[in-house]
Amino acid sequence: MSRIRAAAVGAATLSLALAATACGGGSSSGGGSNDSPKTLTYWASNQGPSIAVDKKVLQPEIDKFEKQTGIKVKLEVIPWSDLLNRILTATTSGQGPDVLNIGNSWSASLQASGALLPWDAKNFEKIGGKDRFVESAVQSAGAEGKDPAAVPLYSLSYALFYNKKMFKDAGISEPPTTWDEIVADGKKISKNGKWGLAAEGSNLSNNIHQIFVLAKQHGADWFTADGKPDFTSDGAVAAVKQYVDLMAKDKIIAPGNAEYAQNQSLSDFSKGKTAMVLWQAAASTFASQGMKDDEWGVVPAPVQSGAPGPDRNINSMVAGINIAVFKNTKNLDGATKFVKFMTSDEESKLLNKAYGSVPPVKGAQADPAFGTPSTSVVKDTLAKSAAPLPQVADESQFETAVGTAVKELFADAAAGKPVTTESVKAALTKAQQSMPTK
Amino acid sequence: MTTTATTPAEAGEGRAVGKNSPGAARGKSRRPGRIRRIGLPYLLLLPALALELLVHLIPMVIGIVMSFRELTQFYIRDWGTAPWAGLDNFKVAVDFDAPVGQALLHSFFVTCLFTVLSVGLCWAIGTAAAVYMQETFKGRGILRALFLIPYALPVYAAVITWVFMFQHDNGLVNHVLHDQLGVTDKPSFWLIGDNSFYALLTVSVWKGWPFAFLIVMAGLQNIPREMYEAAALDGAGLWQQLRRITLPSLRPVNQVLVLVLFLWTFNDFNTPYVMFGKAAPEAADLISVHIYQSSFVTWNFGSGSAMSVLLLLFLLVVTGVYLALTSRGRKAADA
Repeated sequence: MSRIRAAAVGAATLSLALAATACGGGSSSGGGSNDSPKTLTYWASNQGPSIAVDKKVLQPEIDKFEKQTGIKVKLEVIPWSDLLNRILTATTSGQGPDVLNIGNSWSASLQASGALLPWDAKNFEKIGGKDRFVESAVQSAGAEGKDPAAVPLYSLSYALFYNKKMFKDAGISEPPTTWDEIVADGKKISKNGKWGLAAEGSNLSNNIHQIFVLAKQHGADWFTADGKPDFTSDGAVAAVKQYVDLMAKDKIIAPGNAEYAQNQSLSDFSKGKTAMVLWQAAASTFASQGMKDDEWGVVPAPVQSGAPGPDRNINSMVAGINIAVFKNTKNLDGATKFVKFMTSDEESKLLNKAYGSVPPVKGAQADPAFGTPSTSVVKDTLAKSAAPLPQVADESQFETAVGTAVKELFADAAAGKPVTTESVKAALTKAQQSMPTK
Repeated sequence: MTTTATTPAEAGEGRAVGKNSPGAARGKSRRPGRIRRIGLPYLLLLPALALELLVHLIPMVIGIVMSFRELTQFYIRDWGTAPWAGLDNFKVAVDFDAPVGQALLHSFFVTCLFTVLSVGLCWAIGTAAAVYMQETFKGRGILRALFLIPYALPVYAAVITWVFMFQHDNGLVNHVLHDQLGVTDKPSFWLIGDNSFYALLTVSVWKGWPFAFLIVMAGLQNIPREMYEAAALDGAGLWQQLRRITLPSLRPVNQVLVLVLFLWTFNDFNTPYVMFGKAAPEAADLISVHIYQSSFVTWNFGSGSAMSVLLLLFLLVVTGVYLALTSRGRKAADA
């Protein structure tokens, strides 16, 4: 009897432990083929105010493509919070879409994994040549000196959106152009439950976008020229401190923003709770939340002093969405055709118009639709004062490590704990130590 | 243990099997019957065993293999090409002087504390509720059903509702604690910073205690009423009845209940992930999310797997020791 019991205990132990920890996947190899030439799966990123809106925008175009080529495209719009995970899972399993959108800052990381079809001269020729695209947009599609891992689809930059009425009520006649002015104006507005500026303190990517630009303005880069993390330079520390101080010291960001991660700052702005927000293409979201187009204004994002320009007067990252072909596709020709279709002058105009972004396709940029106040700000910024995020293989790790550090500093600020140069440096040191050493 | 009787049907079948195995006539008629009798349970278990292998064992073995490789973004597309890392991933994970090991150790301690508190509270609340629900009173059925709701709700829906309630600006928790009761000087943060531990614990207990309630309630049905009546006649009060009758009778039930609660809580991924997303606050950095972050978010699956294997070993040891101790205790009680 006791032997049986011992065996039962052993079996129970093992099976419980098995149930507790399981982890796995499957491996894959090989490149693309043309085994199923009649269908495609397309993973689109969420560009509009909601997934439903995106489907409404994209489906008619996909139908058009099917009519032209006879290829049926299965569309899936994936929220940003899931997209990278889905791509990673697809990469490890080899089971994924044929065509997909990626945030351009992931380009180099995904390029390193080898999951995406490289766009060499021959492939670019199939979609009309590399010269059709804006140079800076192509630069943000992969590491320097390598064939891009994707093709630019939508281009965006940060801009400062402000609430006209709140500015008027506070007696501010001109929108701010420097950080000092933002702080001064913000202080005039931040009272009686209203706040000057909005932030998404728990959104790691958004934190990265802001402190990337601020570091540039302090003359610092997050990676050395040979791609090593450099998070603790004086400029980087000053940049992070300046950003978190907007809440901690200047008190123009509401403490509650420290836990925002789902674009709550946009609804605060639409409801007139905050007067300013730094964002990419927000027009359609404002409209969907009931804010009229003439209630808000848009100007270039701030600099430390002077006017936006190159080097220290960068005021935005080169934001954007790239479209890529999954290397394991079973319909390589169809996938290339679909990329050609999506980046054609006509589609580029149409889609970028719908999303409030700027076409990275030169032939589409001249369209008068891209002369509205918000798109001309974006167009100008991209042309004069935007820099691409570091195109290094460790970019995703950087976003996680430093983005989390900023999130935790915001949590400190919100709880009223002091945020000092030392505490910022300590947080960034910890982030740097968690980066891969090879 | 063994039986000697063979029915005609068994003997017939035994002959059919026996054709292939030459042997003594005695063996022919008896051994196949034995094989059949012993083999049948295994045969019945086979589908479950095969699925267990497929669903649990194979992925786990792959996970263990992964933990010995340098599986970063450069190799995820074709795992076979990832270089062998030997024990490097493990060394990094248990080097408690370095940041990665320190963070893992911190996460481990947070998880231990969280698990002990959560399991303790779940068990205490569940048992108390079950004991009170033994009395018949009006509305007992409705209350029982009501109590089970948190357990029956889909995890995501339940936890996201808590997230809304814990929000700083518009959350119900702050509204009640701060605006209405004035317990705190200013609205607290529950989803970031140090309070996140208590928020997580609250949700975990809320979600877990109905299961304890359900199991203990079932266990209570097996305690004969006469024992209480006899005890009452002997002058035992409510507290003594609870201590001398209820709890000892519930012992076998509790033994399994606590183990299951422990494993569920220790490994809970959904609750912290839905509450805090990819980067949990340090105070609530449970080990499952920590491992997720070490593999998926930083694209280092080798290191994440090494941590998983360490976790597996830890849980194996704890479970083994627990079962050995409790079964010895029961054996002593049996004797």
